Amino acid sequence: MKVMVCLKQVPHQDARLDVAADGSWIQEDNIKFEINSYDTYALEEALRAKDAGEAEVVVVSIGPDRVTQALRTALGMGADRAVHVKDPEADASDSLGKAKILAAIAKQEEPDVIYCGLMADDGNFSAIPPMLAELAGMPSATGVISSEASDTSITVRRELEGGCREVVELPRPCLLAIQTGANQVRYASLKGIMQAKKKPVDVKTAADLGVGEQVGAGAAKVKINKIYIPPKSDQAELLEGSTDEIVTQLVGKIRELGVL
Amino acid sequence: MAEYTSPDFLLLDDTQLSQEERLVRDSVREWVSKEFMPHIQEHIRQDGSFPMGLVPQIAELGMFGANLQGYGCAGMNNVAYGLLMQELERGDSGLRSFASVQGSLCMYPIYTYGSDEQKERWLPEMAAGRVIGCFGLTEPDFGSFVSGMATRAEKKRDTWVINGVKRWITNGSLAQLAIVWANTEEGVKGFLVETDRPGFEARDIKGKFSLRASVTSELYLEDVEVPANSELPGATGLSGPLGCLTQARYGIAWGATGAGMACYDEVVQYTRDRVVQGGPLAGKQLTQQKLAWMLTEITKAQLLALQVGRLKDAGKLHHAMVSMIKRNNVDVALQIAREARDLLGANGIVDDYQSMRHMMNLETVRTYEGTHDIHTLILGEHITGLRAL
Repeated sequence: MKVMVCLKQVPHQDARLDVAADGSWIQEDNIKFEINSYDTYALEEALRAKDAGEAEVVVVSIGPDRVTQALRTALGMGADRAVHVKDPEADASDSLGKAKILAAIAKQEEPDVIYCGLMADDGNFSAIPPMLAELAGMPSATGVISSEASDTSITVRRELEGGCREVVELPRPCLLAIQTGANQVRYASLKGIMQAKKKPVDVKTAADLGVGEQVGAGAAKVKINKIYIPPKSDQAELLEGSTDEIVTQLVGKIRELGVL
Repeated sequence: MAEYTSPDFLLLDDTQLSQEERLVRDSVREWVSKEFMPHIQEHIRQDGSFPMGLVPQIAELGMFGANLQGYGCAGMNNVAYGLLMQELERGDSGLRSFASVQGSLCMYPIYTYGSDEQKERWLPEMAAGRVIGCFGLTEPDFGSFVSGMATRAEKKRDTWVINGVKRWITNGSLAQLAIVWANTEEGVKGFLVETDRPGFEARDIKGKFSLRASVTSELYLEDVEVPANSELPGATGLSGPLGCLTQARYGIAWGATGAGMACYDEVVQYTRDRVVQGGPLAGKQLTQQKLAWMLTEITKAQLLALQVGRLKDAGKLHHAMVSMIKRNNVDVALQIAREARDLLGANGIVDDYQSMRHMMNLETVRTYEGTHDIHTLILGEHITGLRAL
């Protein structure tokens, strides 16, 4: 079995974010990056499939040089090899453009399962997994919290609203978009990091993948107009006095709102 | 506890560390934050206890004997190993001590002075954390002056019979294997002693103000018999134990830097948030003088450790260099911890904050593995060629 895992490198959860001078994105200088949290669960799910039997795990990412850190971490955790699409035009693509790049890789790799995170911590579109599944001609399931593969199909549990669960069966090949908290993500072991040095990372451009014309800023239909931090509201009311006085005032306010 | 941000004023991350070294550091840092830190308060409130439930994870990540090659060890270079120690001690000196003792004081002598049979038997089990080791060198009546050793081993036919008491032994009562150094007719030798042998007893030392998240014991050996092949064949004389100590001291220099970095990070965050007389404590001149001094000393300690690590990897290490960085980095880390505790005010004396815990730990770190003063004299002898009294 071969599985492909799509990883995105995003600003670290604790990074202090500033909007770039041209308002098009955040300032990326001097902040730390990490693997998108949803994607770490997707990677762990793929590595568990590997642990359970014979599976080759190929991790794929689109982004500049810094992305090698994310790919090497994934290799250190146990992935077998990596494909790095290093191409400014690929970076400038919208979700559909990136899905096309990933679909081109899927066409070459012919994976039995593609694991993606449900969404990205930074962009928050949740768009690529279903787009990629459609472009690759695969059935897909989103919000997946566990997966179990048989020879021809995959049975997954999905998380629904209101605490419900759903069990879905998909034929292979298929794409699964994994929810956070689906599993306990392993750490890259020191031995794994040492071994990762010897694992191959193929560097490609969109043109190498035959989709150079279909991606990039020019082909993007969804364009970011601006990024901004909403102005702070001054509608907050500060309650003052001793603790007892504040509690009394707070209870009064809650009663006024009709909550109690 | 707020998320940890490490000081890297001179951009060593981007300019001096390899990607692999950074990955090792980041993986260990994340593990310490998520898996170790939630347990530390519970353990320091007990009198000498280590979160043993974490040992399988520590082993799984490859943190035991990480700079040794083969036998299930990670085979990292010495800078990556140093970064590992830095991150563990950022958590607590007890955690770093646990890994130092297992790797540098127990696995290293087997790896360096042991027979092939001893290596095959013990190293994979110790790397996997299934066998915990302790290092029996110091005694109730001698610490720094190893030549005062009273423990004796006598050869009787095919066995060695060991008698003596060892004190200040990290992990003594947790260990399945003790490396015991003893005087023999041929000089000081090291022995591999299984702790379940008749005549072996470990008793924990209670009432420690320092290294509370670590087990410290006394070992009593009364006519403990071990087979002749328990002797470490490659180590005779004091160079054996001293070689182990050079390894451990190297890791301590990195580790103490990590403890200093933790205190600095805590106090920078605290003084920014703490309002004193209408403004943040961080905006006061006296605070800034202290923070500027701390960052400068941390940066110097990082550079010293890094350069000595590179020299160690290049095979150009001299033990006096290790004395310099152990002496300096522990000393400044202790001073940083004291200043940080001071800036935390009354809050600094409770264990919701970590600077006082590091401060108390570093009193031990300043004392063990060659006291501050002993390293001063090692450097003094190196400079002058004269052994001072």
